[in-house]
Formats: sequence, C-alpha cells, structure tokens
Amino acid sequence: MSDRPGFMGYPRADGRVGTRNYVLVVPTVICSSVVCERITAVEPDRIVALPHQAGCGQLGPDMRLTHETLAAYCRHPNVGAVLVVALGCEQVVAQMLAEAAEEAGKPSATLAIQEEGGTVKTIVRGREIAARLAGEIASTPRVWCDVQSLVLSLKCGGSDYTSGLAANPALGRVADRLVDLGGSAVLGEIAEIMGAEHLLAARAAQSEIGRKLLRVINRVETQAMALGLDIRGTQPSPGNIRGGLTTIEEKSLGATHKGGERAPLVDLVDYAGLISKPGLTVMDTPGLDVESVTGMVGGGAQVVVFTTGLGTPTGNPIAPVIKITGNARTAERMADNIDLDVSGVLTGGETLDAAADHLFDEVLAVASGRPVKAETLGHREFAIHRANPTI
Amino acid sequence: MKPALVISDRDNVATALEPLAAGAALDLDGRHVVTRAAIPSGHKLAIVDIAAGDPVVKYGSAIGTATAAIAAGDHVHTHNVASSRGRGDLAHASPTGAAARLAEPEPPASPSSGSRA
Repeated sequence: MSDRPGFMGYPRADGRVGTRNYVLVVPTVICSSVVCERITAVEPDRIVALPHQAGCGQLGPDMRLTHETLAAYCRHPNVGAVLVVALGCEQVVAQMLAEAAEEAGKPSATLAIQEEGGTVKTIVRGREIAARLAGEIASTPRVWCDVQSLVLSLKCGGSDYTSGLAANPALGRVADRLVDLGGSAVLGEIAEIMGAEHLLAARAAQSEIGRKLLRVINRVETQAMALGLDIRGTQPSPGNIRGGLTTIEEKSLGATHKGGERAPLVDLVDYAGLISKPGLTVMDTPGLDVESVTGMVGGGAQVVVFTTGLGTPTGNPIAPVIKITGNARTAERMADNIDLDVSGVLTGGETLDAAADHLFDEVLAVASGRPVKAETLGHREFAIHRANPTI
Repeated sequence: MKPALVISDRDNVATALEPLAAGAALDLDGRHVVTRAAIPSGHKLAIVDIAAGDPVVKYGSAIGTATAAIAAGDHVHTHNVASSRGRGDLAHASPTGAAARLAEPEPPASPSSGSRA
C-alpha cells in the first residue's frame, strides 16, 4: 500500500475520510445565522459557522434543497462535531440535522434562541457547547489514507483565455490520475458544460448516464429559452468577454478540460447529492461560484481545486479551496489569493505534465492539513442554491 | 513564447498569447497569417477565411457561428461570432428555429451521436 499515493486524513465512522476536523455551528434559518457566527468567534480556527439566507418561507423542492444541503454538511467527513442553532419557529428542524450528524457518528447538540432566552444567552451557551465539542474531537488523530478515498471538486471561475489553455488542462490531468487510482472527481456548473456535453457524454460508463446529462443540459437551456432571454446576458460574463472568450460554447470547451480526458463519467447527481462512485461525477449545480462549490462540498468533496484567470477569493466553510492560475499577471497581482501559478505552461517554462505533478502533490499536502490561502484569509463563502423564490 | 496558439488541427482560429499589432506577420506552425486588426492578448484571430454562417472552430469543436464574412487575420469575437446555445431571444422570435426545441420531450437516443437535442 505504501507505494500508492495517500494523505494524512481523518477516517470517519461512515467510511469516508476527512481532510479537516471542524466543529460546525449550523443555523437552521437565516434568523439564527448571526448568533452562529458570534459563537464561532471563541475559536475561529476550529469552530466554523454555516450562515445562510434560507430555512423558512420555502415550499416543496426548495425547502428540501435547503434541508438536504444543511444535512449533507452535518454528515460531511471534514466535520468532527455539530452544534445546531435554531430560532424555534422555523421550517428546518434542528433535531433532524442533529440526527444526520449522529447517523454519521459525530457528537452533536442543539440550541434554540427562543428557548434559551435571546441572543446573549444563546451565544454564551453556544460557546460553552462548541468549546466542549472541540475538546472532544481534538484528540482525533490524522492517519495515512489511500488517495482513493479522496473526492476532488473541479471548479473554475473568473476564467480568461489562460484557463482553457493551462490551468484547466493541468487540473484535468490531476482528475484523470486520481480516477486512475480509484478516487473520485466532481464537475458542476451545468450551464458551463453547454457546448461541450458531447465530449462528456461520450465518456459515460453507461449510456443512460450520458442521456441523463443531455437531459439536464437541455433543461437548463430550455429554462433560459422559456424566459425568452438570451443566455449571453450572463454567459460568458462581461469579464470573460473582455478576456477574449466569445461564446458559452468556447467557455464550456475550455472549462470541461478540467474534467480530464479519459476519466469515465459514472454518475450524475442532484445538487449536494452524495458522490458515491469512483470516477467522474457531474453534479447539477448553477454556474454561480459559491453556490456551485457549496453543492459539490455538500456532495462529499473534501478538497476543491479552483482554476481562475482573472483571480477570485472564494473559499468554503469546511473544505480547502486551492486556487490555481495560468495567468502570470493575476498570480502576481492577487498573490494573497493564488496558491499555485502554472503560467509557465504558456510561457514555455513548464510542461502541462509537470504542472499537473505539482498540483497533484499540492492536493495531497492540502488534504493532509496544509492551509490554503482562502483558509488563511478566512474566506468561508457559503450559499445554498434556491429552486424557487421565497414565499 | 509563441505569439499565438492553434489548439487543434481542426481549428480555424488562433488565440493570441500577447497583444498583436495590426499588420503583424505570424508564423503559426508553418501557417503564415498577417493580422488585419490589433488583437488583444487572449483574443482570437482567424487563420483562414470563414464565410458568414460557417462554424467558428476552437479546441476542435464549434464555438459558434460567423455572423459576417471573416478574413484570415481578422479579430474574431462577439462582433462577428454568435453563440448557438441558450438563445431564448431567438426561440421566441422564430417559430421554426430554436423554439422547436422547447417542444421536444426527449434527448437523442445515443449520447455519443451529437451535442444537440
């Protein structure tokens, strides 16, 4: 086993492996989000919050989406323990989130602001509980884990012409190598597969998965058309166009490079749905960066690699987000956000294979605990996709 | 560093890797092209003549359709290329064009046969 690549991780009771070991403080509803953020201030490196905008005034599939996303974070292997903070009268049920954590073998607790008697009392009580949970999980050791337990989220944002030529193909080689070794990779952003879906569908392990992908692409395209709108209003974005990207097809073909060239497409899952199969999975997420990363981490990704041309700060509350760029100017100007510069691929100083080797090593080091720039800067963006407007 | 990159043999455009002045003579892997306009870094130039209505090809796949005749060396961008995808504006304007797709209940039977439903 020892000659196989691996990382120092946290094996969990449900068989998955964490790359971080956080106490997660989860608001059931927007009304308890600020209280949750204040609770984490007691120890922000080990205790993180999941502030969000939803949890009430929602119907049907939209309500389920919020609940399932929060539950997925409560079960996530990067989380060691969970404190759920309710207001007391909302739709999302605190007890059900705590149960999701317990089912995954994590200690959990719940609090309600109306029951505790207001903001101050809940913060004081919440800090006590969170500190106790942090103590309980502090001695969990990191142990060597085979790379096959890694689920890598593949993301791009703020793309320019370098993304499709350097950073995305380098990430694609890492995805192929990880899948060759028995690991998993996940690609989201359906609108940014539009125009390149024929290449992914041709890699489907079963023809039904390819058909499912085409149906989802067709749905997103049809939604835009049903509104009578031109998708060019947002795809490519104005920044993409200034950078030289002309159409969504061009953006998608460059973006889809990050899914590799040979990894079989093994599954297509709903937003924040569990990524359970070795190989390449496509998740049905929107193109908005934070919503997309939130969904893929919810599905079980323990590390995110985020390629960018123009530069972007996005992080996640529980998963490290590695930033990689092929644009030398961005690497220099936004050095505090960029973890890896692969611009040598375009200037001739580095081959794509060498860049991919660096990135693969970086992924394993980060999985083993090395902080990324987004973590150091406290970038913990979190946004749950909404299926319907608030009622 | 090359001044511009042609990614696939099937491509009819190249991507400028540095700002190119109008009238610059380029040797792109043996193909000679003279720029007919300034090309900003990261933008595309045609490496052959492309007729209006023909596909513009990069990464070996169509990235859109030429909306005007494009000569080798021309700047290729939103002013002379249009996307063919997600065009709700066209769907509602034309009863026979993209709108027909709205009525299609099923995607193609074979996922590898093509990209369009």
